[in-house]
Amino acid sequence: MARRAIVREPVRPDQPRTGGGGNAVRLAVIEMPSVMQDPTHTQMPHDPLVTLEDVSFARGSRVIFDGVNIEIPRGKITAILGPSGGGKTTLLRLIGGQLEPASGKVTVFGRNVQGLNTAELFAMRRRIGMLFQSGALLTDLDVFENVAFPLREHTHLPESMIRTIVLMKLEVVGLRNARRLYPRELSGGMARRVALARAIALDPLMVLYDEPFAGQDPISMGILVRLIKQLNRALNLTSVIVSHDVIETASIADQMYLIADGKVVESGPPATMKSSATPAVVQFMQGLPDGPMPFHFPGADYLTDLIDGASP
Amino acid sequence: MMDFLATIGRRSLATFERLGRGTLFLLQVCARLGFLFSRPSLTLVQVWAVGVQSLVIIGVSGAFVGMVLGLQGYNTLVTFGTEESLGVVVAKSLCRELGPVLTALLFAGRAGSALTAEIGLMKATEQIPALEMMGVDPLRRLIVPRYVAGIISMPLLATIFTAIGILGGYFCGVGLLGVDEGAFWSQMQLHTALGTDIGNGVVVKSIVFGAVVTWIALFEGFDAVPTSEGVSQATTRTVVNSSLAVLALDFVLTGLMFD
Repeated sequence: MARRAIVREPVRPDQPRTGGGGNAVRLAVIEMPSVMQDPTHTQMPHDPLVTLEDVSFARGSRVIFDGVNIEIPRGKITAILGPSGGGKTTLLRLIGGQLEPASGKVTVFGRNVQGLNTAELFAMRRRIGMLFQSGALLTDLDVFENVAFPLREHTHLPESMIRTIVLMKLEVVGLRNARRLYPRELSGGMARRVALARAIALDPLMVLYDEPFAGQDPISMGILVRLIKQLNRALNLTSVIVSHDVIETASIADQMYLIADGKVVESGPPATMKSSATPAVVQFMQGLPDGPMPFHFPGADYLTDLIDGASP
Repeated sequence: MMDFLATIGRRSLATFERLGRGTLFLLQVCARLGFLFSRPSLTLVQVWAVGVQSLVIIGVSGAFVGMVLGLQGYNTLVTFGTEESLGVVVAKSLCRELGPVLTALLFAGRAGSALTAEIGLMKATEQIPALEMMGVDPLRRLIVPRYVAGIISMPLLATIFTAIGILGGYFCGVGLLGVDEGAFWSQMQLHTALGTDIGNGVVVKSIVFGAVVTWIALFEGFDAVPTSEGVSQATTRTVVNSSLAVLALDFVLTGLMFD
């Protein structure tokens, strides 16, 4: 049965008013949109929300993933770490169905993503929020309209309720009073917070964060770390963070995966990762310049290259 | 020699592949045209952006083209003592060829390049992937309204271009060079046919040019490499390819319409 909600909405001049007084509002019963009455919002089984089974993916001849297995547990913050260009964003796009693996299986909310048709894929994505590295705000809309965008596209809520929801989401990220600014007027940190408000506008089951801390000043970074942690707990979300900021990510993650050379090198809680003796994990967690992930781009030997002056 | 042949083969394959992708893109857009009726306001906004905002360049160009036609036409016709036919020369030239063709070329430079840059930058700044991840189909939400707006705007702009051009010819011929006003308008009325000249020229040609130029502009933007260099190359390709397409199509359409 469809869920209903009672809302206060302003009375237009041409509408009849019931009762006197100067309050130009009326109570209206509306049906909640289907994206907001998802039964899985309330169910809390222990099976993982997302699984990648033996997933391989390549761009041309370059192998990005080679038999990767990852499980994203419900209600937790899972961090995917790895060097830049290691395919972390590609992983999020595989989960969102924007890319298809060459082999293996990506299961989201219990369904194989490759088996979904376009309509089912878009329906699945409405239950996922994604924070892009650049924020990806629509530049021709102001902050309010950016956050209202998914509500306007996917629901038939009255304007008064859209306003209330948008202001609530903006209040969470501390930018309610910046709602009439345009993306060009925002700092990088503010843009990312607006994008976060937009990502949670439809109350998703899961939020994917693509490098949320990259290029942030310490204050913005602290705000984002706190917001991600608080939102995950308060909204009972499942969060996936891909990042190379080890300290910030480890401070809020329940589970971490380190990906390098197309494979999962190690996984476990932050404490386990920090105490790991695996050379690649040690190199990444301690930020060592050289190791299993080499400083020099692979190729000809330095001395040979210097002596062989013919090649450019 | 083999390298030369291989290069030609590679480039030909790349061209056909691109043409195929562009055709698929157009089919996908056409399959979503029904969306237009559920959100007509999106198209109206785009008619403003691509049509209304092109009015100044269209109007000014139309006026100067008409004045040049009036001047050149008068100089030629007066030699044979038939300067009363200046109205026919101006109207027929503008309705059949110069109106739709020059409007399409100006449209490609003004609105086409803007469409490519806008869509390409939306891709480069991850706005299009963000729409996809929000469960919003970018072809429906972004491309369909712009495509239809281009098709609607082009005949309107060509009509305005032609009308202003005729006024420009009138100003030059009658106002400055002394052609008889009655002869100018009556000859024009007598020899300009609504169906053949205005219908075929201004309306049909413009709709075809609008569909082609907007298709090329949107495809180039949507297919652009998502970097600043990629977007700039796509914008250049839009102007070059759509201008060539307009000129080639004009030849074909003229052959079919005015044999």
